[in-house]
Amino acid sequence: MKHLFPMLLIAACGAAQAETPRQVGDNYAAAQGGGFRATASRGADFFARKFNVSEKFPACVTCHTDNPAQPGRHAITGKDIKPLAPVANAERLTDPAKVEKWFKRNCKEVAGRECSAGEKADFIAFLSEAR
Amino acid sequence: MKRYVSLFAATLLASPALADRLPIPAGAPPAFKAECGSCHLAFPPALLSADDWRRVMAGLDKHYGDNASLDDKTRRQLEDFLMHNAGSSWKLGSGGGDPPRLTLTSRFQRKHREITPATWKDKRVGSAANCVACHPRAEAGSFSEHEITMPGGRRHERD
Ligand code: HEC
Ligand code: HEC
Ligand code: HEC
Repeated sequence: MKHLFPMLLIAACGAAQAETPRQVGDNYAAAQGGGFRATASRGADFFARKFNVSEKFPACVTCHTDNPAQPGRHAITGKDIKPLAPVANAERLTDPAKVEKWFKRNCKEVAGRECSAGEKADFIAFLSEAR
Repeated sequence: MKRYVSLFAATLLASPALADRLPIPAGAPPAFKAECGSCHLAFPPALLSADDWRRVMAGLDKHYGDNASLDDKTRRQLEDFLMHNAGSSWKLGSGGGDPPRLTLTSRFQRKHREITPATWKDKRVGSAANCVACHPRAEAGSFSEHEITMPGGRRHERD
């Protein structure tokens, strides 16, 4: 019994770090402000768009394939990339720091700029609905 | 002097085992696999010299055509880890290129001299850095000759 409290505390801290894709998406929507509502179809357009900023990876789909529930392949190294959609890979979109890190990297490389919070919310809505 | 002699003997004894077993050193920070293993294999630190690792880690924002930037704390932690577990430059030779590549060290080139240009260019390989294409157990640190599969599923044949 004496140990119960610290154990609960640890459980609570663990829970604070892992979030659901829904929470991660909601946080981006809130950051965009103005009552922004995420739309999966806009996220799908973004995913498929050819930005053509980088010759090696003109679009997100270059590495992630056009179906986010399928495994992808890194366009330069050839390494397999696990599916982005939570339906196929339960670890996705649960670690806000990891999600933000990859948005930062991939948006800069592919779109040549940072993505807005709204674009990220749309993208997460799209991935969450992918089957 | 005696210390050098036994060190030398130990190196000789260790060499055959080191050649095809290159596991990630115990005590590697979790960030090593999570960060340096996300776009490609987490390369064995022993395949590049400490000097070359420093150069790789100094330019992560311009990383062979990609952007591998890290926050400063993680960057320094991984740089320390890589430099502590680096290979010796006299055995490896330096990795040419900017940033340096372990696939351009003379040791790597010597170990892979039997591979034809056509194989390197094969779509299924794509890049010499795609170790897993031919060393299916590279993730587990195993580069044994007996496990090699060449693209197309053919096992590697010596001529
Ligand atoms: C050059 C190849 C490449 C391109 C192009 C690319 N990605 Fe990625 N992406 C990766 C890799 C590698 C990972 C991390 C691999 C892993 O965790 O399995 C990743 C991970 C992610 C994640 C992290 C998800 C999570 O929770 O783990 C998101 C989100 C993401 N990418 C979005 C995008 C978007 C949006 C684009 C287009 C703007 C894009 N990616 C283009 C290679 C790429
Ligand atoms: C965002 C993706 C990404 C991340 C993260 C990343 N790399 Fe790379 N790395 C690449 C690409 C792309 C190449 C070029 C591969 C090629 O030419 O086939 C590369 C190549 C390398 C090479 C040269 C391989 C050769 O050809 O000899 C080394 C060494 C290397 N990376 C080390 C690291 C280390 C150490 C880390 C962690 C600090 C890291 N990488 C993280 C994308 C990444
Ligand atoms: C195109 C296929 C191919 C690729 C890609 C490849 N290798 Fe090799 N590797 C071979 C072959 C073939 C040998 C030589 C086997 C022999 O004849 O002894 C070899 C040998 C080796 C050896 C020596 C093993 C021993 O027993 O001495 C090491 C270590 C090694 N490779 C590491 C790597 C690493 C690390 C990478 C990625 C950076 C890589 N290889 C990429 C095919 C490949």
